Amino acid sequence: MAVKNLPREELVRPGSGGCPGCPSSLALRVTLKALGKNTVFAIPACCAVVCLGAYPKTAFDVPVVSIAFEASAAAASGLAAGLKRLGKQDTNVVVWAGDGGTYDIGLQALSGAVERETDFIYICYNNEMYSNTGIQRSGATPYGAWTTTTWTGKTEQKKDMPAILRAHGLPYMATAVPGYPEDLFRKVRKAMSIRGSKYIEILAPCPPGWRFPMDKTVEMSKLAVDTGAWALYEYENGQLNFNLKSKSILEKKTEPKPIEEYLKLQGRFAHLFKPDRNEQVLDEIQQRSLADWERFRKQVECGVA
Amino acid sequence: MKMQVKAVISRPADGVMGKTGAWRDFRPELDSSKCIKCLLCWIFCPDGCIKRADDDSVSIDYVYCKGCGICANECPKQAITMKREGMGE
Ligand code: SF4
Ligand code: SF4
Repeated sequence: MAVKNLPREELVRPGSGGCPGCPSSLALRVTLKALGKNTVFAIPACCAVVCLGAYPKTAFDVPVVSIAFEASAAAASGLAAGLKRLGKQDTNVVVWAGDGGTYDIGLQALSGAVERETDFIYICYNNEMYSNTGIQRSGATPYGAWTTTTWTGKTEQKKDMPAILRAHGLPYMATAVPGYPEDLFRKVRKAMSIRGSKYIEILAPCPPGWRFPMDKTVEMSKLAVDTGAWALYEYENGQLNFNLKSKSILEKKTEPKPIEEYLKLQGRFAHLFKPDRNEQVLDEIQQRSLADWERFRKQVECGVA
Repeated sequence: MKMQVKAVISRPADGVMGKTGAWRDFRPELDSSKCIKCLLCWIFCPDGCIKRADDDSVSIDYVYCKGCGICANECPKQAITMKREGMGE
């Protein structure tokens, strides 16, 4: 779908609390264009709840349950059950949560909701850290990245949350970036068309947290795809399908750009370049990424995910 | 006994954080003569501050535009440029 054909309807009001250049706000606008007005959100503690604004006003034109950090998927379960009881199963029940509320604090409720086959869409906008509390490491923070709690660079790898979700046997999951809004739009619409638990994870390059200029949010998200640091794919009927540039990287039609090109634009990786290049860590990050792609290729080849 | 249900409910409004245009250091300025109506600025503005008219021409909502510069960065025709706020004409 071309940009021109995306709905005009705006369901987030201007003047929200989001930082300038916020990837979550951007992705949320596109997501709501896909979802439309017949939607109810559950949002845990995260940047998006700050964007909402404070009582008695909200920037969202759809109902939102603001809920505790760990509880968004549990709230969504209740909403889905209640709406079913009222015969309103056509209403989209959606969680919009950060990676802290997904990978770490909300994992238990999410796992339970998916296991119960709750009819909802769980969307994680993944800025790879606890941004609004002041940039602490999360389970999604990549290896080598600076945060205020990993100030010499994170020494552990991020967890593979999408794989954890797939292990639940859910009917649909997808990844997206703000830089490809038509792709995100299509995936949200796809998720809406399927009954059961759906998971979408959106990479959210955060200018203040990742330390890059705020006009580069879209560019950074595309660079993540071009360098293979982020893979765009869908998972349906037990199969992985790659999209856009990630498809040609998977099929070896395009070489991913060196991952360095992505890292060096982010202040959170500056210590890997100055005062001296940390060849060891840079190489580890590159090799790990290439290994991830090899694994993806094998998964596609063997039809396992 | 009749149970009372009480919840704190906020209502939708523009400018929940005030007139966020005041956050701007740089202001996007549009040269409509260069615009090809591709709508990339419209879809990429995180704050919905690029207004899309019926004929798909665009304009900027300076009351709430936060001055991030994404629109200028993404415009394929360089129709939007960022100008320092308050530095004369
Ligand atoms: S500068 Fe940022 S907030 Fe202002 S119109 Fe452009 S994209 Fe939107
Ligand atoms: S991105 Fe540039 S060319 Fe496209 S609609 Fe906006 S101002 Fe016009």
